[in-house]
Amino acid sequence: MNELPLLSALVAVPLIGAVVVASIRRENADAARWTALAVSGLVAVIAVLVAVGFDYSAGAPWLQFTESYAWVDTWDLNLSWGVDGIALLMLLLTAGLTPIAMLAAWRDLDSVKRSVPAFFALILALEAAMIATFLASNILLFYFFFEAMLVPMYFLIGSYGTGPKKQYAAVKFFLYSLLGGLFMLVAVIGLWVHNGGVFDWQTLVEAEPMADGTLQNWLFLGFFIAFAIKAPFFPFHTWLPDAGGAAPAAVAALLVGVMDKIGTFAILRYCLPLFPEATQTFAPWIIGMSVIGVVYAAFVAIGQTDLKRLVAYTSIAHFGFIGLGIFAFTQASATGAVLYMFNHGLATGLLFIVVGFLTIRRGSAQIADYGGAAKTLPLLAGIFLFAGLASLSLPGTAPFISEFLVLFGAFTGNEPVAVVATLGIILAAAYVIWMYQRTMQGDRNPALDKVPAMQRDLTLREKALVAPLVIAILGFGFFPQPLINAVEPAVDNTLLFISGSPEDLPAAEGVTNE
Amino acid sequence: MDEISYAPAEGVLSLAWLLIALPAIGAAVLLLAGRRADKWGHWLGVATIGGAFALALAMFGSLAGLENKSADLHLFTMISVGDLNVEANLLFDPLSAVFCLLITGVGFLIHVYAVGYMAHDPERRKFFAYFNLFAAAMLVLVLGGNYFMTFIGWEGVGLASYLLISFWQAKPAAATAGKKAFLTNRVADVGFLLAMFTMIGALGTVDFAGVFNGAASLSTGTSLAIGLLLLAAACGKSGQFPFQTWLPDAMEGPTPVSALIHAATMVTAGVYLIARSHVIFSLNADVQTAVVIVGALTLLFGAIVGCAKDDIKRVLAWSTVSQIGYMFLAVGLGGGAFALGIIHLLAHGFFKAGLFLGSGSVMHAMNDQTDIRRFGGLWRVMPFTYATFAAGWLAIIGLFPFSGFFTKDPIIHDAFAREGWQGWVVGGAALLGAALTAFYMTRLFVLTFHGPKRWTDDVHPHESPAIMTVPLVLLGLGSLAAGGLMATSVPEWLTPVFGEPHEVHGHLSHMQVTVATTVVVVLGAGLGWLLFRGGTDEVPRAAAWPVRFARADLGGEAVNRGLFERPSRLAASASVAVDGRVVDGAVNGLSAAIGGTSRRLLVVQTGFVRSYALSILSGAVILVAALMVVVVQ
Repeated sequence: MNELPLLSALVAVPLIGAVVVASIRRENADAARWTALAVSGLVAVIAVLVAVGFDYSAGAPWLQFTESYAWVDTWDLNLSWGVDGIALLMLLLTAGLTPIAMLAAWRDLDSVKRSVPAFFALILALEAAMIATFLASNILLFYFFFEAMLVPMYFLIGSYGTGPKKQYAAVKFFLYSLLGGLFMLVAVIGLWVHNGGVFDWQTLVEAEPMADGTLQNWLFLGFFIAFAIKAPFFPFHTWLPDAGGAAPAAVAALLVGVMDKIGTFAILRYCLPLFPEATQTFAPWIIGMSVIGVVYAAFVAIGQTDLKRLVAYTSIAHFGFIGLGIFAFTQASATGAVLYMFNHGLATGLLFIVVGFLTIRRGSAQIADYGGAAKTLPLLAGIFLFAGLASLSLPGTAPFISEFLVLFGAFTGNEPVAVVATLGIILAAAYVIWMYQRTMQGDRNPALDKVPAMQRDLTLREKALVAPLVIAILGFGFFPQPLINAVEPAVDNTLLFISGSPEDLPAAEGVTNE
Repeated sequence: MDEISYAPAEGVLSLAWLLIALPAIGAAVLLLAGRRADKWGHWLGVATIGGAFALALAMFGSLAGLENKSADLHLFTMISVGDLNVEANLLFDPLSAVFCLLITGVGFLIHVYAVGYMAHDPERRKFFAYFNLFAAAMLVLVLGGNYFMTFIGWEGVGLASYLLISFWQAKPAAATAGKKAFLTNRVADVGFLLAMFTMIGALGTVDFAGVFNGAASLSTGTSLAIGLLLLAAACGKSGQFPFQTWLPDAMEGPTPVSALIHAATMVTAGVYLIARSHVIFSLNADVQTAVVIVGALTLLFGAIVGCAKDDIKRVLAWSTVSQIGYMFLAVGLGGGAFALGIIHLLAHGFFKAGLFLGSGSVMHAMNDQTDIRRFGGLWRVMPFTYATFAAGWLAIIGLFPFSGFFTKDPIIHDAFAREGWQGWVVGGAALLGAALTAFYMTRLFVLTFHGPKRWTDDVHPHESPAIMTVPLVLLGLGSLAAGGLMATSVPEWLTPVFGEPHEVHGHLSHMQVTVATTVVVVLGAGLGWLLFRGGTDEVPRAAAWPVRFARADLGGEAVNRGLFERPSRLAASASVAVDGRVVDGAVNGLSAAIGGTSRRLLVVQTGFVRSYALSILSGAVILVAALMVVVVQ
């Protein structure tokens, strides 16, 4: 159905772009900026082409736009790409958020002596690696990019971050993720040995299911721990506040908005179809962790004194909702969880970006350094509040739809758990509204009047980059059905493994149709 | 019970969406246009709500001519996942029709008034944007054709209310009051969400027709759960016990906000929700009893605190709490009293809006002071405000022929008609509430307009401009006439919703109740007049504990602090400590154990980190390679 290798292009274009931008001389900062923006814009265009050509009907093949090129035959490592509805949403989120993040960080490096081309090249490399994890249909290929993305992110935090703990945060992020990756690596190899040398995902899901038992449990845990650290779920989360607090805000938007979703995406893509019995065995524990995460992280967020760390903790609470949605195994909750991944990227992406506007102006992320700031920054304050309201899932914004579906779906399966998680929405209101009050309302902090940047409301560039996010958040808040239509078939396919009837899967494209 | 079905909307009724779109577009334009709209923005805000009122009138007329008296407008499918279907549809029926008229009609008058009231505020345009946003959300609330749509409006008005309470956000008290309103409502909203989950779980739908037609098949436990959860939501939005504390604090907002949102419309949303869900509430006697208890308790609670307050807006706020208690009592009694609750709501919408706008006019005259101990003798300088306020005062205490007489007395009568001892208790509470209302409202009225002047030196009171007094006069006329006009016509109009009203006979006859109520009202008002005609102390005197307790909102604030605020703060700081020392401590401890010393991780040099990370990466690569070799062989 597709002549052009669009998925390969989605990985190759930003990768090549990264190399090109990295080779631009340091003095030509603007050339680097515009080149990087153009490349990420091209990626976004290709992503839209994929979305336009995608077959949204229920009986369509699970993976579409499939491509495969041999790489290392003896390991069954192929450059195999394919996209389902879930990956499509993640792809659109990545491709959309990256240029916005670039624009948000456009002038952030003006005051520090750091290489601008390297910064933008790293973002492009990060984009390529993240897109590759969503599109890979070969487990080893996935693993390769799952680990590779740590490198650009490590340098983005360690070299371009802010605050005295940026080195600590970068190392912690790197080592923690690497540790998770090692668990996964062992499980990947174990899986490979068990199934006689197959890494191709499509082949594995169509093969005879793995026997229930100890081996499946261990392999599941190997994958799950890696993904739970990446997501991150409570109690594997403590790297995120440090990383999110230290990273430049635009990078934090990509870190929390997109990269963390790879964890939950991979749980849906790998854990459920490959280890269905083990998934069900551990589900009660994971749901317990998720609900603790929802309440606990919200309380920790309320107690934060640093804006970026606060937003990072709100995300950990949100990831609890996603975990709950996935492991409640209902159509509504799992669909809601995928929508949650997408909508959270929009809302928290926006929130981090606005926090970035603030902290760059003020030169501090400490909440105590603000107070009454709305007086001179009415528009920025308005967008800040809007992002906060989206983050607390106010009806009319997209996150409400996903939270409703997750909670309702969980409620039909497990009422007490859903009731406790629903209480989380009160805490969400508390951290958002209190954060807004302490920074924007009330008595004006006299120190703000001495900071010239705090008298300048949003610039044209800043308005232009938040506008698409605001429109998307409102648009999908009232018209979520297109998103649901995109992900529901893939979610249904995934849940077939849990209900034990994978034979009902639609035929794979080009494999069994011959 | 007959099957409930709604006819598809036709003709002007299919424009129901425009009713919401008009103020919504107004809000969007005013917010996006920014300072450019400062000159004309307020007129746009007035025009959109005026247009909506005209449309609502046309739709009202069109509905009256219909057989089925309902119009269902399907807009689009909002959510469809598996078996779950949530439509975006609007329902225009007799109940939503009267609410639309109240919201747009009284709303229009208050918008006009606000043009004058906010004339000197540099943010007037933003004020009208939020005001329009509120109207749009409130219309979604009452026009929503299913619980999901109602919930969107429900949260929308919560947002608008938050924005408007903290409109003067540089004032810490305003910001805190806005936050309190938002959070309290959020707590109650959990009830709404869980009620919807329970409905979908039991009946597979949140559609009004589907839920009501299936309600008879619900188990007692399920209908009890849905009823109590909806009641919790209603109590939050309507400032009923135990969620009453946010409403008086909401008076930090500009006075037109208090009039429109925190008196006439939004706070009655809880009454709307219960009336709309009357099928569910009528199913379960325990739920009805719960509503009655909440209503009776709150109407006394509000009246008692109202006696102890010295701030003109706070007295009115507590009177709102108390009056909505009457409405809750009515819709809890069920049967014919559903319609009584609604007419009291409509009458209250007029007279309370008039009273609040009157208080705003007084504040304008008195340099924004609100302390009634420093008012007095104002009747001479502001005749329009005085006369219209008097109409509101007589309406709320319920003297013939003012509106409260026609709408409150029947509720008291029906309360006495409740079976057995409950009738005496509930009826007695309602009667006592009437006496207290007469007392504190007379105190408010006399201290403000009569008696000696107790003004501070810097005030020079004057009557407000026509743009403020004309709405006052219209609302004053409403306070005078609305009750008599609505007493029988509106219950008849609502018959298609609530069914044929049937006369209830109980402990006391209508005549007995009317006489008893009139006597206690005259006594209460007379006592208030006697005690306060000579003015009052300008600073509060040391008082006995019941008065101190009433001044402290009957302990509501203390309960809030002790039960929610402090434990939440404690939980937050405890969680932060646990996260830093235990959860993260374990991670750092582990890495320290692996890395030899935690210093390496904490105070690393860049170059060192890179080599460290690379060594791990290369270690991983070697591990993979080794495993591969083993496996391939």
